[in-house]
Order: sequence, then C-alpha cells, then structure tokens
Amino acid sequence: MKITEIAETLNAEILTSNNGDIDVQTACSADLMSDVMAFSKENTMLLTGLVNPQVIRTAEMMDIRVVVFVRGKKPLDNMIEMAEEKGIVLLATQYPLFEASGRLYQKGIRGRGV
Amino acid sequence: MNNTVIVRDYIIPADDFALAGEASSSVRKILTQLGVAPDIIKRTSIAMYEAEINAVIHGHGGKAHVEIDENKIFIRISDEGPGIADLELAMQEGYSTAPDSVREMGFGAGMGLSNMKKHSDILNIDTEVNRGTIVDITVFFNKP
Ligand SMILES: Nc1ncnc2c1ncn2[C@@H]1O[C@H](COP(=O)(O)OP(=O)(O)OP(=O)(O)O)[C@@H](O)[C@H]1O
Ligand SMILES: [Mg+2]
Repeated sequence: MKITEIAETLNAEILTSNNGDIDVQTACSADLMSDVMAFSKENTMLLTGLVNPQVIRTAEMMDIRVVVFVRGKKPLDNMIEMAEEKGIVLLATQYPLFEASGRLYQKGIRGRGV
Repeated sequence: MNNTVIVRDYIIPADDFALAGEASSSVRKILTQLGVAPDIIKRTSIAMYEAEINAVIHGHGGKAHVEIDENKIFIRISDEGPGIADLELAMQEGYSTAPDSVREMGFGAGMGLSNMKKHSDILNIDTEVNRGTIVDITVFFNKP
C-alpha cells in the first residue's frame, strides 16, 4: 500500500516530504517502544499514540519506514526533521489506535509478530 | 593484509532523552556504509540501542566504545550508575525497576536485557552495585 493510500484510509496528514515509493504490507501498533523492540518483526509501519524522539529512533533501529501517530497527536518540528533525515515517513490521524489499525487491516495490511 | 579496525567512542548523556540513541544511530550509519548485511545491522542496532537506552534511564548516562574489524563488531557500553544487584533476575523478561516517568517515555517493559542477549552473539555484563555496569556486545558478520 502506497503512502497516499494509507493517508486516504486514515484520513491522515502526511507530515514529511520525502515519501518515496514505499510499499507497506506489514505493520504493528504499540505505545510501548520496549515492545516494538522486543516483539516486532520485519514490520514496515508503526502506529503509535506515543510522541517523542525515541519513536523515530526505535523506527530507525527496527527498519520501520513509516510511523503513524494516532488520536490526533502531532510531533514537533525537530522530530519531523529527524525523520526526514533518516528517510522515515510520518503521518498523523485523528483515529484512535484500534480504529486506525482496523481500517488498515481491512485494506490488507497484516502484522508480523513474534 | 587488511586488518583495518574502525574505533569510535561516544558519550551517552545522562537524562537527555532526546539524544538517547545517537551513538547507536551513528554506528548503524558506519555499518551501512561498510556494506554489512541488513540482518546483521538490525541485530547490532537492537542490541546496542537497548544497552544505550539502559545507560540513559538506569545508569545516569555513560560511554560507548565501538571496534569494528572485518569479522565482527564489538560494543562496550559502560556507566558509573547504581549497578545491578541481581543480574539473573534483571535478565528475566518483564523484570523492570523503571519508574513511571520512563514508562511514559515508552520504555521500561523489562525486555531490554533479554532482547540484547537474543540479538548478540556474545553478551557479557559486568556490574557492581554503586560502581556501575559494563555491557559488552559482540556480533559476528559471518557466522562461523
Ligand atoms: N545500566 C544499568 N544500570 C543499572 N541498572 C540496570 C542497567 N541496565 C539494566 N538495569 C536493571 O535491569 C532491569 C532490567 O533491564 P531491561 O533492559 O531488561 O528492562 P528495562 O530497561 O527496565 O525495560 P525495557 O528495556 O523493556 O525498556 C532494569 O529495570 C534495571 O533495574
Ligand atoms: Mg532496558
């Protein structure tokens, strides 16, 4: 699924400009980065309600290319800059975590867990 | 003979959550430039980042020392923090003494040490109460 299609599905705003030709097939949802580090396997996208620089950092370490902030939360400019520098795409949606995950699942996105 | 060794040293600032992970990020860039296999880079990144975050949240900050040769990467993360009283207990999944402030930042599930063990080829932890903690991580580029 392309970034534009994800944005459409989630009614989301795309916050970064370097959105390349990423094709997302897998995702995980978590507010705890410890869990992403320990349980996420080869997922391309992360949905989270947590907003701090360690979310971008965790995404970088886990080869996650796309981060969606849920519940209307928005990162600060320095986080957006950090993501752009690392080639990570950021989106923000009003939907809560469950709802956002469900909408993407319905469109064929799957989780790759433990 | 090509025995080039890349050596890097980093300061891990205490309580600066915005900067936590800078060292791991820098090492990741070096490994990428060297053309190391992506799965090896990911394992190294996970192990080092977990250790770096621990130094920030539990160890009052510290240092990272990294040596890379053609066969392996060696990472030493050291701090002069409180140390770990019962290492065997701390290694267990789910054991954490992290305060709520750390959990609000998205960490403190008690998964870090076991995750480090899972992703490193050699993990050595030397810790003493009130003296500090030294975490040595080795990841081989080519499995023997
Ligand atoms: N460098 C350190 N200095 C002092 N104590 C430490 C250090 N590293 C780990 N510990 C102790 O070991 C416990 C377990 O560490 P571990 O990394 O597994 O979990 P955590 O850091 O609490 O949570 P997570 O890593 O899942 O975010 C910590 O809660 C802490 O009590
Ligand atoms: Mg930890």
